[in-house]
Amino acid sequence: MTGRNDGGSGASDRDDTSRESAQLPTVSRRSVLRLFGMAAVGAAPLILLPPVLRKASETGRVESRGEPATGPDGRIRQWTMIIDLRFCDGCQSQGTPPQCTTACIEGHFAPEPMEWIQIFEQELPGDGTQFIPTPCQQCQNAPCVNVCPVGATFHTPEGTVLIDQDRCIGCRICMAACPYDRRFFNWGDPPVPPEALLADYSTEHQVPAKKGTVMKCDFCPDMARTGTLPYCVQACPNGAIYYGDIEEDVATNGSDIVTASRFLSENHAYQLKEDFGTKPRVYYVAGHGEAVGRDVYTEGRQPTEWPWIERAEGSRTWKR
Amino acid sequence: MEEVSVWRDRLEQTALAPITKTSVWYFVWVAALLAIIGWGLYAYSVQLRDGLVETGMRDRISWGLYITTFVFFIGISHAGTLISAILRVSQAPWRTPITRMAEFITVVALMCGALFVIIDLGRPDRLLNVIIHGRWQSPIIWDVLAITTYLTASTAYLFLPMIPDLALLRDRLAGRVSRWRIWLYSLLSVRWKGSAEQKRSMGSAITVAMILIIPIAVSVHTVVSWIFAMTLRAPWNSTIFGAFFVAGALYSGVAALIILMAILRKVYHLEEYLKVKHFIYLGYLLATFALIMIYANISEFTVTGYKLEAGEEFHFRQLFLNEYAGFFWFYALAGLVLPPLLILMPWTRNIWGIVAASVLVVAAMYVERYYIVVTGLRVPLMPYDPSSYSPSWVEISVVAAGFALFALLITLFIKIFPIIAVWEVVEEHESEELSSAAPPLVTQSAPEPAGGGNL
Repeated sequence: MTGRNDGGSGASDRDDTSRESAQLPTVSRRSVLRLFGMAAVGAAPLILLPPVLRKASETGRVESRGEPATGPDGRIRQWTMIIDLRFCDGCQSQGTPPQCTTACIEGHFAPEPMEWIQIFEQELPGDGTQFIPTPCQQCQNAPCVNVCPVGATFHTPEGTVLIDQDRCIGCRICMAACPYDRRFFNWGDPPVPPEALLADYSTEHQVPAKKGTVMKCDFCPDMARTGTLPYCVQACPNGAIYYGDIEEDVATNGSDIVTASRFLSENHAYQLKEDFGTKPRVYYVAGHGEAVGRDVYTEGRQPTEWPWIERAEGSRTWKR
Repeated sequence: MEEVSVWRDRLEQTALAPITKTSVWYFVWVAALLAIIGWGLYAYSVQLRDGLVETGMRDRISWGLYITTFVFFIGISHAGTLISAILRVSQAPWRTPITRMAEFITVVALMCGALFVIIDLGRPDRLLNVIIHGRWQSPIIWDVLAITTYLTASTAYLFLPMIPDLALLRDRLAGRVSRWRIWLYSLLSVRWKGSAEQKRSMGSAITVAMILIIPIAVSVHTVVSWIFAMTLRAPWNSTIFGAFFVAGALYSGVAALIILMAILRKVYHLEEYLKVKHFIYLGYLLATFALIMIYANISEFTVTGYKLEAGEEFHFRQLFLNEYAGFFWFYALAGLVLPPLLILMPWTRNIWGIVAASVLVVAAMYVERYYIVVTGLRVPLMPYDPSSYSPSWVEISVVAAGFALFALLITLFIKIFPIIAVWEVVEEHESEELSSAAPPLVTQSAPEPAGGGNL
C-alpha cells in the first residue's frame, strides 16, 4: 500500500497538493550532472562520424574543376553578367527560338524542358511587354546554397554557384528556396544524346545529366577561363548579353568591351528582386528591345526547341 | 466498493486480452493492410525504376503528397507528447489509461513520417550523404537531427513506463505464449521486481524523460515548418509558422488519439477504463486547440492580407476563391469551426460526437498540410502561367501504403505490448480508493516535506 509513494510517476490526487512534493522522485544535482556528462561522452563520437565516413568514402569538399581564373593583377576573377534589355527582342526579328536558350541547350545538352537561360515575357506598366532573358542569378547570398543539406550546391571562389550532381540527393529544397525559378530537376531518366555520354562530367559543365538530381545555369566558368564566352553570350544575335569580371571591371558581349561599373551606373542597371537581398551577379538594363527596333506591342515569339532530342533514343521528357 | 484484487485481476485480463487472444478478424485486418502495403511497394518500385517522373510533381510544384504526408505524420506524433508528457507533468490523474496508446502513436507516426522524406528523395541511394556531408546550416539537417532525437526520446519514453507491465507479462504469460515472447519480455523488463529502489529509479527516469521530451517535440515541428518558412516564398514567409505548425500538430495528434481510443475501446472492450469522461476531457483539449488554430489563422491572414505584398494577392485568390478554395473552406469550416461546436454542444458531447469531430480534424489537418505545401509552391515567381499539381496513382498508392503501415505497426504493437499502462491505472485506482476510504492512512505514509529540501 505504501508502494505508490515510491513510484515516481506523480500519480496523485489533484486535491491534495501537500503530498505531491513528497511523491515526486528526488533527483539530486549530482545525478543530473552525471546524466548530462554521460550523454556528452556518449554523443562525442557522433561528431567524429562524418569525417570518418568522408575519409572512408574518399569524397571531400566538392570543388569546381580548375584553378580559379585570375586577372592581370593576380586577383581571382568575379564573373558577372549584364543583360541589356534594350537589345533583347526575344529573337522576334530573327523568326527563331531565342538563340541564347538554344545555344545553351545545345552546348550543355540540357534535357527538355530545361531552359537554363529562359526568356520571360513581362508586362510593362501601361501596356505592352518586354523580354527578360533569365539565367541563374548567381546570388552572392544564395538561398539555394544556404539550404542544401549536403553541400551539393556551392559557391566557387569566382563567385558562381555550381551543383555537384554526384552528391545531390534530390530533396529539392533548393528549388523551393530559389526565388527566380532557376532550378530544374531530372524527374526521370534525362534524355541524353550519344555524344553527351562521351563528355567528361564536371560541376562546371553538368554533362551528362543525371537522374534524380538538380541542374541549372552554371555560368560557363570552364569556358571563361580559357577565354571563351558562354554559349548564350556567343549566340545572342543582338549582343544583348555582356559577360565579364567585376574585379578587372570589364565586360564584353563579344564585339564591344565596356567598363562594367561605368556601364552599370550610366544605364541605371538593376537586379531582379533586389528586395530579397540575394545579391545577384546578374544585372539588367531596362528596355524592351527598342535598340533593335522592337515595339512594346509586337507580339509572338518562337517556342524553345531541343534540337538534339531526337538523337536521345528512348528518351522520355516531361513538362515543367 | 469492489474488492481491489478482483478489480485488478479484471484489469490485467482486459489489458492482456489483445496479446493472448487473436480472432480471425485480426488476421483479415492484417492481411488487408499487407495487401495495401504490397501495392504501395509495387508503386514505389515503379518510382525507383523510372524516377519521380512517375509522380505529379514537376519543377514548379516540386513537393506534393509525400511532403504533405511527412508533415502530417510528424504532426500526429505529437499525440504522445501532449497526452503523455504534458498531462504527466501536470499530474492529471485521468491520463493513465490512455498514455500508452498516445506513446504508441508517437513512435509509429514518427517512423512513418520519416519514411516519407526518404520516399520523396530523387536519389534515395545517396541517403548516407546526409550524414557524410551534412551541413548544419540546412533546415533539412535540422529536421534529421530533430526527428532522430525525438524518435530516440519517445522510444525511451514509451519503454520506461512500460517496464513494470513488461514484467507483468513475463510473469503472467509464462507458459501461455511462445518462448521467444517470454524471452523478449524478460529481456525488456530488465529484471523488474517492483522493489522500492527500482520504482524510485524508474520514477526519476520518467521524470527526466517527460521533461526533456516536451521541448524536443516542440522543436521537431518547429523545424519541420522551417523547411518552408526558410524560403523566399510569399505564403510561407511567416514568423509564426513554427508555433502554428506545433499547434496544428497537437491538434491533429489529439484527434488521432481519440480515434484510436474509440477503435480499441470497441474492439478490445475497454469500456471500463476508457470512459466517456476521457473522451470529453480530450475533446475539451481538442476544442482548445481548435480555438488556438482559428486564432493563428486569423492572425496570419490578417497581417499578410492587409499589406498584400507581392504574391499574396495571387495566394489569397487561389486559397479563398479559386483552385484551392474547396480545400481551404473544408479545413476552415469542417476542420476548425465544426469540431469545437460538436464538442461543446451538449447534444453532441458524447463519444460519437467527439469521434466525429476528431475524424474531421484529422482529415482537415491533412488537407491543410496539402494546401500549405502545394499553394506555397504554386505562386508564380516569374512571369509564367501558374502550374497545377495533381498526385499520380504512384503517389496515392505509396501514401495509402504509408497509412496502412501506420495501422499495421499499431496493430502489431498491440499484439506484443499492453495497450493500457496497467500499473499506472492501478496506482490511480488505489489512490482514488484510498482518498475516498481512508485519508489518514495516506498522510501517515507520506510524511510532510520538511522545509522544501528536495528538488
